Amino acid sequence: MQNIVCWITNCFELLGQWAVHLFERIGRSALFLTRIFKSIPAAIVRPWLIFQQLYSVGVLTIVIVLVAGAFVGMVLGLQGYNILVRFNSESSLGTMVGLTLVRELGPVVTALLFAGRAGSALTAELGLMKTTEQFSAMEMMAVDPFKRVIAPRFLAGFISMPLLAAIFSAVGIYGGYFVGVALLGVDDGAFWAQMQKSVDFHEDFMNGVWKSITFGFVATWIALFEGYDTVPTSEGVGRATTQSVVHASLAVLSLNFILTALTLETN
Amino acid sequence: MDNLVKIRGLRFRRGSRVIFDNVDLDIQRGKITAIMGPSGSGKTTLLKLISAQLNPEAGTVIVAGEDIHGLGQSDLFEMRKRMGMLFQTGALLTDLNVFENIAYPLREHTRLDERMIRYLVLIKLHAVGLRGAANLMPAELSGGMARRVALARAIILDPMMIMYDEPFGGQDPISMGVLIKLIKTMNDNLGLTSIIVSHDVAEVSMIADYIYIISNGNIMDKGTPTELEKTNSEWARQFLKGLPDGPVHFHYPAPEYSKDLFGT
Repeated sequence: MQNIVCWITNCFELLGQWAVHLFERIGRSALFLTRIFKSIPAAIVRPWLIFQQLYSVGVLTIVIVLVAGAFVGMVLGLQGYNILVRFNSESSLGTMVGLTLVRELGPVVTALLFAGRAGSALTAELGLMKTTEQFSAMEMMAVDPFKRVIAPRFLAGFISMPLLAAIFSAVGIYGGYFVGVALLGVDDGAFWAQMQKSVDFHEDFMNGVWKSITFGFVATWIALFEGYDTVPTSEGVGRATTQSVVHASLAVLSLNFILTALTLETN
Repeated sequence: MDNLVKIRGLRFRRGSRVIFDNVDLDIQRGKITAIMGPSGSGKTTLLKLISAQLNPEAGTVIVAGEDIHGLGQSDLFEMRKRMGMLFQTGALLTDLNVFENIAYPLREHTRLDERMIRYLVLIKLHAVGLRGAANLMPAELSGGMARRVALARAIILDPMMIMYDEPFGGQDPISMGVLIKLIKTMNDNLGLTSIIVSHDVAEVSMIADYIYIISNGNIMDKGTPTELEKTNSEWARQFLKGLPDGPVHFHYPAPEYSKDLFGT
């Protein structure tokens, strides 16, 4: 009996420790975000720092987004055709591909790719900077790392994500077009006309844009926080990089559900 | 005595472990002061407290007449422009080459034109003997070279004080000799105040004007290198001569040997 009581007490103790740790991290990440916001004006007056990061965060992610977008679009075209042809509705393939990509897959898959490619790179870079005392060195040179290192990367991630999602959706639509029209014989005009008729700029396209802005914000915030908050050892950097991808991916998927539910509710 | 740094009643803890317990310490202006002690005794922590990278639990650290922990961020950054720090790893910015690393504080804090920046950087690089390495990246430098570049960067804004965190750790004899000479020359020629944190007794004794030996949260002994050679403190003597046993025991506290072996 005493053992069971002891076991239950230990369980509660562990749960309590976990909860304290969780809330402590949430608090630290909120303070981290506040410091980023305060540093944004200083980063904006040095636009070349943002351009450099737009290259490493955004431009270097384009290739993976192009390739993934093309294949996702091709699969959509293939699956969509096979389903729609049963109901003699293959002419609606353009609608299906367009809506799926613009509203859901474009922002979500791009955000997952972004977290894997750019987010992990940001976390590893910041983690290594912390491990090699580069942040301390900057502070000792009277330079605020938030203004020179973190805020430019945050802005770059925030700007890049919607653009990358737009590229993903555009390439995906052409992937679907290639499979549906060029390979499976869907009518070219019907493909585009149905898409044009069904995809609304405000309800669908802007919905995707808002989602990608939100995901870019969250994925970049998580990546930067994990890097800055890393335990300054090689093991710590490895763990932070993994956590960055896992947490950002889960955050994107759960936020996508919430945002979708909210937009459907509004509509 | 003209003290640039005055520490009074310093108390600092990491978790439940007390690192400093009511420590008083002075750093004389224009001199080289060494802080020595075994690994984990809080030497690097002391530098971080002096430069306000960490805040003490109690006590004051007065630097150039200002309570450094009472300063706001902009005043603290103004103060730090007058302080240089050489980190254990060099802490060079890995995406910038040697020239740009040294030019970094100038670009951030001055409006000097490119010609003047080049001129100042090359002077400092020449002083540390690495003018020819200006275009190398940090990854292409040896440990000793990286520390010399970091030293050039630390003095680029002509600070009043420079702090060296384990400058000789892991250096070959030639690099060590170069660093010893540089620290001494820089201090004398530029009128700096230097604080060296190290446990390399012989090397530090060659150039230090005053030495503090710290351990277990307290100052175990202090004095000039000559005074410390004749110290009465058994602990300090063991540390300075590197004796394997003494007040600091060879064996970590453990149960009785026979009991541990045979369980009787």
